[in-house]
Amino acid sequence: MRLIEIEQNTWVQVTGVKGGRGLQEKLIQYGFFIGDRVRVLRRAPLGGPLLIEVSGREMALGRGVAEKIEVEFLP
Amino acid sequence: MRCALVGRPNCGKSTLFNQVAGYKAETGNFHGTTVTFTASKVRVMGTVLDLVDLPGAYTLSGASPAEREAQRYLDREPVDVIVGVLDASRLAQSLELGLELLQMDKPVVLALNMLDEAARLGLHIDGSGLAEKLGVPVLPLVASKGRGVRNLFVAALDAAKKGQSANHRYGLDLRTPQERHAAGAELAAAFSRQGERHLNWRDRLDDLILHPVWGYAVLLLILYIFFQTVYGLGSALETPLLAVFEAITGKVAAPFGEGSFWSQLVIGTMQGVTGGVAIVLPYLLPFLLGLGLLEDIGYLPRVAFLMDALMHRIGLHGKAIVPFILGYGCNVPAVMSTRTLEEPRDRFMAAALATLVPCAARLAVVFGLVAFYLGPIAALGLYAFNLFVIALTGRLLTRLMPEDTPGLILEIPPYRVPTLRNVFNKAWFRVREFVVEAWPALIAGSAVLAVLNFVNAARYIDLAVRPLTWVLGLPAEVGLPLIFGILRKELSLVMLGQALGTMDFGSALSTVQLFTYSVFVVFYVPCLATLMVLRRELGNKGMLWISGLTVVVALAAALVSRLVLSLVV
Repeated sequence: MRLIEIEQNTWVQVTGVKGGRGLQEKLIQYGFFIGDRVRVLRRAPLGGPLLIEVSGREMALGRGVAEKIEVEFLP
Repeated sequence: MRCALVGRPNCGKSTLFNQVAGYKAETGNFHGTTVTFTASKVRVMGTVLDLVDLPGAYTLSGASPAEREAQRYLDREPVDVIVGVLDASRLAQSLELGLELLQMDKPVVLALNMLDEAARLGLHIDGSGLAEKLGVPVLPLVASKGRGVRNLFVAALDAAKKGQSANHRYGLDLRTPQERHAAGAELAAAFSRQGERHLNWRDRLDDLILHPVWGYAVLLLILYIFFQTVYGLGSALETPLLAVFEAITGKVAAPFGEGSFWSQLVIGTMQGVTGGVAIVLPYLLPFLLGLGLLEDIGYLPRVAFLMDALMHRIGLHGKAIVPFILGYGCNVPAVMSTRTLEEPRDRFMAAALATLVPCAARLAVVFGLVAFYLGPIAALGLYAFNLFVIALTGRLLTRLMPEDTPGLILEIPPYRVPTLRNVFNKAWFRVREFVVEAWPALIAGSAVLAVLNFVNAARYIDLAVRPLTWVLGLPAEVGLPLIFGILRKELSLVMLGQALGTMDFGSALSTVQLFTYSVFVVFYVPCLATLMVLRRELGNKGMLWISGLTVVVALAAALVSRLVLSLVV
């Protein structure tokens, strides 16, 4: 599953980032790691970004970014 | 003795710096407000300390220009002690950077900042336990209220004198960001206890502010109130101030005899003084106070979130909204803030488009000409037209330079109650720039223009610019103010009075001319200071490209408004 497909307020775990090392490194700089638990808090309208919660903080991720993040449901 | 402040964006580093150093760094509740480091000398217990505020960094191995700057500074400069500022309300994430600092072979002191915010979230942190585990001093701090600042620097001084090395510290074996991430989470879990979280209005506010419909309504409302207040305050002050200064000018110029060289010079000089006090400052000051307030509260990243989709339409992403909003204050910090964008292509685009944003100086021109003579609705119309032109330019530029970045990644910080001292200091810092740098240029320029006027040199300059003014249907006399406007944008307004021979522009220019002139002034070549910053950020080529672009855009926009308005009015 990709993060973009996840419904609001469902906790999921990040399993991977597609789209090369560049994007993955950039996410790490912002404190977003593979293995972290995240949930989507809001979606901006008109193809805007997602507001997600990760490690007790809130982050905005553009659609293009959220499309490249692989997640799976928590057991 | 040199002390470097290091911390993640939004950790309150600049607030701490300002507490001790008076007002030097601009703080804001947004990633990357401090794009370059600021230094100041402070006295702690009789020792003079060189305090350096490094740009906010999530990691020291990061790739963003701000992070590289921090990294480079710590590697190359002789730093005696590093003060790592941790956000206590985000202990795990802050510790990731903290652990990186511990690996540097330099004395380190950690400050647990924003303990008040942590308490609000119900977090209890065992600072002394943490200090023991990490092997460096950990000090409590609430920088925004000045609590714990003194003790922190006493500890830093102490650490610098002892010259502690990295040998006995925790986590020297952590190599990758992933390892530090895990260790940070572990430490935070071990040394903090989650109590009851006090939910309050601040936690509910985003339901409204980021709402898919109401969020934009709020944004429009905030901008509307913002501009109404600025206009209301500005015009309330402008009229009486103008009257007072005109009376003074008459008194001062009288002894020299009407029409003499000295009387012309005095009147010209006084017009520069008047322009600064009565026309520019009444608008600039409320504008900067309001912007500082929005910045401090933490509203700007929310605007980035809301505007991301729209910014994509013009080929940028939400984060580039910052240069745009800062641009409404001054293009200089706007161009500087493009440094926080990762891609060179984004930086160029954002810088080019941000220089088209009417800054406070151009705001003064718009208010002084359009709002004052044609009413606030016309001024708002010009701003809307300006946004449209910027969007169009963005789309055209995107055709030439396609977008290839994945998109927005941005931290959304919690709301903070703004500290008035911060807001006032920041506004003062920016106003001082105007008073110290722009105002003298304005007065001198006004005086030079008076001299040129007296010896009839203005005619030749006007003649040189005549093709342009003719195309736009403007009187030849506006050529000189346009040329001087490159020095400082507000000269295009102040010198207009001198050039037209009256301060009542409504009688000297028609409605169409007033509007066309204002449109051209808003878009053409950014001021000298902005040009200098453009050269620093993008090189000579980038600067020339953008200058050329602005002239083309200005001509096109002014022509369109001339044609459309002559049909309507």
